[in-house]
Formats: sequence, C-alpha cells, structure tokens
Amino acid sequence: MPGIAGRMSTVIKAKISRLLDRAEDPSETLEYSYQKQIELLQNVKKGIADVVTSKKRLQLQSQKLEQSVVKLDTQARQALSAGNEELARTALERKQIAQTELQSLDQQVSELEQQQAQLTENENRLRSKIEAFRTKKEVIKAQYSAADAQVKISEAATGVGEEMADVGLAMQRAMDKTENLRARASAVEELEKAGTFEDLTQLGSGEDDIDRQLKELTTDSAVDNELARMKTELGSGGAGAPAIEAGGESGRPEESR
Amino acid sequence: MIVRIATEDQYELSDDHAPRLNELDNAIVDAVRAGNDGTFRQLLGEMLALVRDKGQVVDDDDLRESEVILPPPDLTLEEAAEEFSGEGLIPG
Repeated sequence: MPGIAGRMSTVIKAKISRLLDRAEDPSETLEYSYQKQIELLQNVKKGIADVVTSKKRLQLQSQKLEQSVVKLDTQARQALSAGNEELARTALERKQIAQTELQSLDQQVSELEQQQAQLTENENRLRSKIEAFRTKKEVIKAQYSAADAQVKISEAATGVGEEMADVGLAMQRAMDKTENLRARASAVEELEKAGTFEDLTQLGSGEDDIDRQLKELTTDSAVDNELARMKTELGSGGAGAPAIEAGGESGRPEESR
Repeated sequence: MIVRIATEDQYELSDDHAPRLNELDNAIVDAVRAGNDGTFRQLLGEMLALVRDKGQVVDDDDLRESEVILPPPDLTLEEAAEEFSGEGLIPG
C-alpha cells in the first residue's frame, strides 16, 4: 500500500528495528528486548499518572470557574439593585467569559478521560504481549537450536516490538495533548491571578474591582442615609431620642458585604 | 492479513477486503493533497470502520506482526499532510 497506511507501516517498522538492538547472542537479544519492554510499561504507567494529574488540575479549575459564575451573577444583581447598570454589565460580561471557559474546560476534561482510558487499555495489551513474550522466550531458550532460535526470537521480538512502537505512539499523542491542555490551564490561572475571577468570600486583598466598586456604592448609600437622618434630626430640632438609632447605624458600612 | 489500527488494536481481516482498503487509502491521499478536511475525516472513518466491522480482534498474547498499519483514529489533516512531507507521526 503506497498511501497513508503504507507510510504508517514503514514508519512503525523503522521504529521497531530501532527498539530492537539485536545482540550477537540470541539469549542476550531476548533479555535485552524484555528489559526494554518492562521499561516501556513503566513509562506508560507514568504517562497515565501524568494524564490523571492534568485532569485533576483542570477539574479544580472548572470548580473555581463555577464559583466565579455564581459570584459574578450575584455581583451583577447587587450592582443593578444599587442602580449601577454599567457595573452590572461588566460583571455579566465576565460571567460570559467564565461560562465559555467553563464549557471548554469540561470538554477538555472529558478528552483527558478518553486519553486515560485509551492508555490504560494500551497498558493492559502491552502487559499481555510482554507476558506472551516472556513465555515464548523460555520456550525458545529451552527447545530450539541456535539457528532456529534466531528466527523465532526475531519473530517474537518484532511482534512485541510493534506493540511497543504503537504504545509509544499512543503515549506521545497523549503527552502532546496533555501539554496543550497544560498551557491552556496555565493561561486560565494567570487570568485568576489578575483578579478576573476572584472569590467573593475573600475580603481584603482578595477583592476585585467589582467588589470595590460595589462596596463604594454601599458605603455611599449608607453615608447618604446617615446624612439624610442627620438632616431630619437637625430640622426637627428634637434632642436625645434619635441618637440611639444613629449610634446603631454607625460603623456598619464597613462590614456590609 | 493482519491489520493494525495505530494506538488501538490489531485485527485479522480477510484478504477480500484488501482492494477496498487500498481504494480508501488512495482516496485519503487525494483528500489530504486537496486539503479537504471533511472528505479526509469521512474516508478515514470509513477505512477504520471497515477494519473494525469486518476484522476479528487479534488475541493479546498473539505476537504476530501486522502487514498493514493504519493511522490512529484521531489523526488530523495537518498530521496526515506532514506524514507525506517528511517528519511523519513518529519523529526521531
């Protein structure tokens, strides 16, 4: 086949001969090949652990984003009821961004889940092939003459080598994808650090600019209220009685929200 | 003949299907050259489906070599194009 299947076959086969560095002594070839298989199996395990780590990180980000969406929605309502439509719009715009990001994160998580399942399947198959190779290698060592053993070893090593090359390809593709997702995850984290998706419950340094503006609004209206009350007091000329109410009110703007 | 779908599995496929497989393979090459992603995806899907439907999965403890190796199911048009321009799927 001259087409894409032919190219694939050629490339994989070239890879196999590189994987199987045949030694002079057939039994050495067997042991060397078996060592390489075990090493690759370890690598596949590491690869799976890597994919799981990336998946967990993305899931964590997804949870944070969900919280951001809720928070930004609340902020928009607060801003709107305070009459600041512009601030409400800003909050809603950010909510949109967070939602879009959330969707794509969820999709990436499910992609990684597929990768994980695929690699686990590859690992199991490679394990079976290695086991078959191990059995065959003992039989070859025990039963065959040097000349026959060469042929048998070559066959078995090529078969398991093809699986190794294929698993190597699957690993490489999984790692490339995970790498891309990592870069994206870092970009989202940068956004978070920049204060775009800060958590509302964190006061002080955790406040983002919408929080600050909302707080100013609340403070402003509290000041306005107090001012209005004072005006009434002074205007009515009454002394003493309203002071209790005014006292209970002071200091409150600081802790509202 | 034994056909492997890269990153997936090995299948035992009757030789009767070889001509159709070859046909699809050549059509894929044309689609890649034309940069037609839709056709490429469809044909690749058809080629892999043929092997999965008509073939028998080879046992895990079977160490036979594949005669034909088909590209992985998630191959992109860009990767397929690279496949023909040198580097291929497995560099180095």
